[in-house]
Amino acid sequence: MTYFLKFWQGLGTILIGMKVTFRHLFIPAVTIQYPSVKPELPERERNRLYVNMDDCIGCLQCARACPVDCIEIETVKSIPGEDLGKTSNGKKKALWVTKFDIDIAKCCYCQLCVFPCPTECIYMTDVYEFSEYERENLIFDFVTLTPDERQEKKKNYEEFLIKKEAEKAEAARKKAEEAAQKKPENNKEEDKLNDKDDKPKEQE
Amino acid sequence: MIYDWLFRLTGSETAAAIIQSLLPLFLFILPFALFAVLLERKVSAHMQDRLGPMRVGYHGILQTVADIIKLVQKEDIVAKDNDRLFFDLSPVIVFTGSYAAFAVIPFSGIFLGSNIDLGLIYIVAVTGLVVAGILMGGWASNNKYSLLGAMRAAAQIISYEIPTLLIILVVIMVSGTLNLYTLSEWQTSYFWNWLILGGPVFGIEKLLFIPLMMMSALIIFTSTLAEVNRTPFDIPEAESELVSGYHTEYSGMKFAMFFLAEYANMFAVAAIVSALFFGGFQSPFGYLGDLFNLPWLIPIEQFFWFTVKGIFFVFVQMWLRWTLPRFRVDQLMTFCWKYLIPFAFVILIIVGLITVLV
Repeated sequence: MTYFLKFWQGLGTILIGMKVTFRHLFIPAVTIQYPSVKPELPERERNRLYVNMDDCIGCLQCARACPVDCIEIETVKSIPGEDLGKTSNGKKKALWVTKFDIDIAKCCYCQLCVFPCPTECIYMTDVYEFSEYERENLIFDFVTLTPDERQEKKKNYEEFLIKKEAEKAEAARKKAEEAAQKKPENNKEEDKLNDKDDKPKEQE
Repeated sequence: MIYDWLFRLTGSETAAAIIQSLLPLFLFILPFALFAVLLERKVSAHMQDRLGPMRVGYHGILQTVADIIKLVQKEDIVAKDNDRLFFDLSPVIVFTGSYAAFAVIPFSGIFLGSNIDLGLIYIVAVTGLVVAGILMGGWASNNKYSLLGAMRAAAQIISYEIPTLLIILVVIMVSGTLNLYTLSEWQTSYFWNWLILGGPVFGIEKLLFIPLMMMSALIIFTSTLAEVNRTPFDIPEAESELVSGYHTEYSGMKFAMFFLAEYANMFAVAAIVSALFFGGFQSPFGYLGDLFNLPWLIPIEQFFWFTVKGIFFVFVQMWLRWTLPRFRVDQLMTFCWKYLIPFAFVILIIVGLITVLV
């Protein structure tokens, strides 16, 4: 008897299974036709970084926050008389950013660089299709200056430094001359100060 | 008949015979294989709530054409320790076996490869060649998986031939013919005269036949499904256990031939089931050609119905494939020897008694 029962059960369960699969034949597919139809990304998705250089003040906070050191920044001080403009939230820019490379190949999309930025100029975009054949192509350069301009800024600053150095040297020389006249008094005062500093350290 | 027309056209018996023997291949099996592969992929995709091929052509309709072009271009890899002769011979034999079955399948009232009286026995005999081809391929591949697959295939096909033959015997007892063409003609063009509903006989035996014939149709469908090695009976190919069974080592055109043979076999099996129990090429509701007095329309309608029935059964095969998991080897043998064969025997005896007594 169980023999026939098993046969009928088998037949019945096959029909139930077939009913299920047949119903699924008409359920709309969940497939998203990716390159032509893109899925809507969540609001706080983390993809490729972007830096808005107009707002960047070259503070290096993002580079310091980065756990994998994928951000490389070089800055050059502006020389007096150059106006770099202001950022969108009113901070005055004082540095020329001559290098701002983000190696996206290293980036771990942790978004830690985004929060420290005082001007909110580094942020995650919704671009996620940027595969490349060469790893070097994944180093993104965000600096808006042309290579010549970068060289020029560096040169300007170096010249300015040299000039300043010269001025300083001259000033120092003048100071030294002035100081030579008041020398005895100054030396005694300095010695006293040094003694006071040393004592607490010994006690510890 | 197409043959007579071809004979008049070419004026030579040989030419007419050759053309006629190639017609089903190029007009039917190749397009059908292309269509069936796509259908398979689409059906499987939609049953799993996917979309399947969508890129080549509108909704991927040219996908299989692209696949065939790719397969033709592929390198024919032959490993060093393969038995070259049998390795090359195997796909040819498998394809021959499944293609030869089409010789006696009546596609329509006017198209029948060979109107031989031993049609059904011929089909069973000639599809037995497939086993030889598969075993040959598995052995010549010199690969453990291939050999295992081939052994399983041989065991399975030979086992499941028994219920198939028993049910064919039942059909022969009821209809009194082995010729598939006469069998289809006998089941007239009205569905209540089909063998699944007792055949074109009236009286007490028709009522008695109905449940028996339904059982028989179920058994022959199952056992022929097992003979073409498809899920749930795909243990010879069992990709999760045996890579892909007997055709693991094959590539390029040889693989394509196995592939084509599989789909040709699927259709042959579907055609046999429909010819035996579902009226073959006959329409279920009479012919429009009869209704409007257009005699030329009838063969076209017959071809249409034959194709529809064939594709329906192929669809059911695919449907089962995505419904049922694979049998274990012992379950497979249990199912055949403990369930199908006893049932087929009982049906055989009862039908024999009915035909003798009533």
